[in-house]
Amino acid sequence: MTGWSWCFNLIDRGNLPWYGSRRLGCGLAEAQIHSLLMAASGSKIVVEHASKLFLEGTVVAFRNVELSVRSNEVLCIVGPSGCGKTTLLRCIGGLLAPSSGQILIDGAAVHSPRGGVAIVFQHFGLLPWKTVADNVAFGLKMAGTPRQQVAERVDHYIGLVGLRGFEQHYPYQLSGGMQQRVGLARALAIEPAILLMDEPFASVDAQTREVLQEELLQLHERERKTMVFITHSIDEAIVLGDRVAVMTTRPGRVKEILPIDFARPRDPAEVRAHPRYADIRNYIWKELRPTVVV
Amino acid sequence: MALSQAEGRVQPGAEISADSGLAAEQQAARERAQIVQRRWLIANMAIRVVSLVVVLGAWEYIGRQINPVLFTYPTAVAKAAGQMIASGELWKYLSQSLIALGAGLGIAAILGIALGLIMARYWVIDIALDTYITALYSIPTVALVPVLVLWIGFDTSAKIVVVFLFTFFPIVINTYQGVKNVDNRLIEVGRAFRCSERQLWTNIVLPAAVPFIVAGLRLAIGRGLIGMVLADLYTAITGIGYLISRYASIYRTDAMFVPVVTLGVLGITLTGLLRFIERRVAPWMHQPDKE
Repeated sequence: MTGWSWCFNLIDRGNLPWYGSRRLGCGLAEAQIHSLLMAASGSKIVVEHASKLFLEGTVVAFRNVELSVRSNEVLCIVGPSGCGKTTLLRCIGGLLAPSSGQILIDGAAVHSPRGGVAIVFQHFGLLPWKTVADNVAFGLKMAGTPRQQVAERVDHYIGLVGLRGFEQHYPYQLSGGMQQRVGLARALAIEPAILLMDEPFASVDAQTREVLQEELLQLHERERKTMVFITHSIDEAIVLGDRVAVMTTRPGRVKEILPIDFARPRDPAEVRAHPRYADIRNYIWKELRPTVVV
Repeated sequence: MALSQAEGRVQPGAEISADSGLAAEQQAARERAQIVQRRWLIANMAIRVVSLVVVLGAWEYIGRQINPVLFTYPTAVAKAAGQMIASGELWKYLSQSLIALGAGLGIAAILGIALGLIMARYWVIDIALDTYITALYSIPTVALVPVLVLWIGFDTSAKIVVVFLFTFFPIVINTYQGVKNVDNRLIEVGRAFRCSERQLWTNIVLPAAVPFIVAGLRLAIGRGLIGMVLADLYTAITGIGYLISRYASIYRTDAMFVPVVTLGVLGITLTGLLRFIERRVAPWMHQPDKE
């Protein structure tokens, strides 16, 4: 069985400030039992002892990463630039092969991009020569979906991300936030079981970002997906994640994984106003601070 | 979800709200934009016209002071052009040249784009042919014309080959560069959505290479015109080249300038045509400024 080590990791986490507090509703023992159960019932994604080295081994993106993502949970990976979090996501997506170790999705090793997995890119990755509708249809068409079904799904997901009326626009005619909605709709349109998000909101302005976070939370309520969400924003990780994996640099590794047990459906404003939010935030920041290279 | 108004954009068409003040403002903004655009167009035209008047006027003034055997002036050229067009002489010789240009450029475009794509796709062919392409591109094609005449003769096919040699290499090289310069991130998007090789080429690589290919064609048009005239002069003396050399030899400088000016107009027309096609085929390449 794989992915056990983080369970053990949890056990010696007595130093976490919020675990002792009754008000939080979830004690250490409970979290422990929960995670043991989940591990036993099998995880959606398992990263086993994976490392990735670049440039003939001179650059270590991440090393000995152990991680498992449960079905329908949102796992946020937070860390400073250069901790290898994006590389890790690309390995999970099958775009890169780890140098050692392996990555399993539904128990099968990942060697190339798989069906049922969609990626949302930081750079949006929209095709400039396709209209919004054609961009959203892209994944479906590549999979050979019947035309009728493509049209229905495109229509549905364009509506879902609030871009109705912009179907025939080209990406350059849209703002950054709208472009990322297209990227999101394109990923959702193939109705994936797993959604991999690579700092999707990092290139949009702060206000748009908060709106997109809200929308993503609402979306997650409607269509539960297994989500891996990469971000360098601690705030974003806490607001969105069921658990947060903290990655540190040199070499990139997962330092620890924290459960975030704010109830869903979540309102980001309420999460941010919650006293425990500040505790978690400070705790993660203390973990990350020494490894941030300026 | 429907939070699209969050970014302060108003959806086009049906969803525009009943806020009549806003609608009026939008109308005003649209009109302002149109006025700015129109003003720019007018300024553009005015500058061109003024520049044309100044240059032609100076030419006219200076040209009239000089012996008409040595130099000429615009009104004389226009008169000669009128005569040559009326008699059908210009068109007769121009059409001969255009056949060579059209055929040479057409074949070069088809084979050039094809070879560029093949070289970019198959590294073995790339390495095998790279040296020759670079070498042949560097050799002034003029140097090959005498030997081409020996091989192919004097007639139209020789002219087509000359035009081909002038235009083929920039098309190959640009097409190749276009494919090699495709944004890796977009290739990755294609892979993430599980494109087949064919899908990757039709959906991502080819559209991304279009701007480079068009730039190659634009280069080729300029070089093709040079090749066309050279072919007229160095093989059987026909076409535009014939007109130029004949009127030069009988010291009709004004009539000699008619085919020269025609070549310039031809260059402008072909480039304009290419731009028009480009706009139809690749609308995303002309990103108008956001207001």
